[in-house]
Amino acid sequence: MCDQTFLAITFGPCDNCSQNKPLMNIYLKNEPINYCSLCVELMACQGLAKGETTNTLKAESESLKAKLEEERAKLHDVELHQVAEKIDALGQFVMKTRRTLKGHGNKVLCMDWCRDKRRIVSSSQDGKVIVWDAYTTNKEHAVTMPCTWVMACAYAPSGCAVACGGLDNKCSVYPLSLDKNENLAAKKKSVAMHTNYLSSCSFTNSDMQILTSSGDGTCALWDVESGQLLQSFHGHSADVLSLDLAPSETGNTFVSGGCDKKANVWDMRSGQNVQSFETHESDINNVKYYPSGDAFATGSDDATCRLYDLRADREVAIYSKDSIIFGASSVDFSLSGRLLFAGYNDYTINVWDVLKGTRVAILFGHENRVSTVRVSPDGTAFCSGSWDNTLRVSAYLRSSGESELRNILYNTV
Amino acid sequence: MSSNSNLSTMKRTVEQLKLEASVDRIKVSQAAADLQQYCLQNASKDALLVGVPAASNPFREPRSCALL
Repeated sequence: MCDQTFLAITFGPCDNCSQNKPLMNIYLKNEPINYCSLCVELMACQGLAKGETTNTLKAESESLKAKLEEERAKLHDVELHQVAEKIDALGQFVMKTRRTLKGHGNKVLCMDWCRDKRRIVSSSQDGKVIVWDAYTTNKEHAVTMPCTWVMACAYAPSGCAVACGGLDNKCSVYPLSLDKNENLAAKKKSVAMHTNYLSSCSFTNSDMQILTSSGDGTCALWDVESGQLLQSFHGHSADVLSLDLAPSETGNTFVSGGCDKKANVWDMRSGQNVQSFETHESDINNVKYYPSGDAFATGSDDATCRLYDLRADREVAIYSKDSIIFGASSVDFSLSGRLLFAGYNDYTINVWDVLKGTRVAILFGHENRVSTVRVSPDGTAFCSGSWDNTLRVSAYLRSSGESELRNILYNTV
Repeated sequence: MSSNSNLSTMKRTVEQLKLEASVDRIKVSQAAADLQQYCLQNASKDALLVGVPAASNPFREPRSCALL
């Protein structure tokens, strides 16, 4: 395959650990060497200071962990829902499914909104990636990937391309053209290469860089044009399932969550893990930043969603109920951050009052697990994708005389 | 070789923990107040919270137009 000779410089056996991985081309004592990103990081930690042994290091790490917990606990003077007691409770919700997008032949795994607030890209288990116009439900583009389980898809900020990947361990970018007859697959560009499945991908603020997370336990930042690995993020000890970039005003950080039950916040420029949170009892399936960028929410297989505040450096709320026993697969905030939409494996979407910690609505309608929930960029609607092969766009319309009794919502506190 | 890499990994963990312990933190009461303020300030713009008039929402029922 032509692809492989082209990628030899950026992917191949590491000179140190001999594993096949994306490589960083660096100079050591004026000699060019090809090390994988993990070996580059470990190089900085080699050699022991005087008196250090495995045991002293272990003891030191235990005491640091205890100190961290102590510092965090000192500032835990009140709970979020206590602070929120004085504000009004939310009234009755009348959200209804406004559009049902049918066309996928198999489970919908991921979706993303375009910044124009009307187009949606979705990917499914059978390898199909479809671009829809959510207003009209028309399919605008369709591509068949050469692999199944396309777990990640993302729309480029310009609206001119989509990125997707899954079991092929890569993230590929497809430029979208206005010409319906054009074969999208022919223009495919392979950008990211991991050593395990691609779980999530996202463009940064431009079409030029993509951030990916993978089953190999790492996240990585790539240059789209050259396919070069720009920065690698090591710190998870198991598959990374999700990532989310901070809203642009707050700077160059992103949060990732994975099967090691940890949610890590990273600095994109240095590759440093700046904060880490480990309070979930099972895999974290999805992470999403609060609109102000000061907090983030997570959805997990332990059937809870949690809110972590970055400035307080701790978990500040848990969204759970004894009656909810299925894992939460996907979470997203409404525009103001007051509502948290969470899709669960019991086919429902629960809507939580973020401040008070109570559930304000349950949405029914999907006939299988809800795999992805995303609010549109301007907050007018949200789209949910499910293993029942459909996507549903729901919105809250104020209208007198419209009968809202048919399925969907009831108020629960 | 493997004991060397174990050591490097442990050292890395210790450095990481030192970094995390040194982060500047604020009180939960203040963080919570800020989150609440953000919500309330933006509540009026949140279409999923307050709703939008059906006539102006692009996701209303599609109406057919009559061509004259």
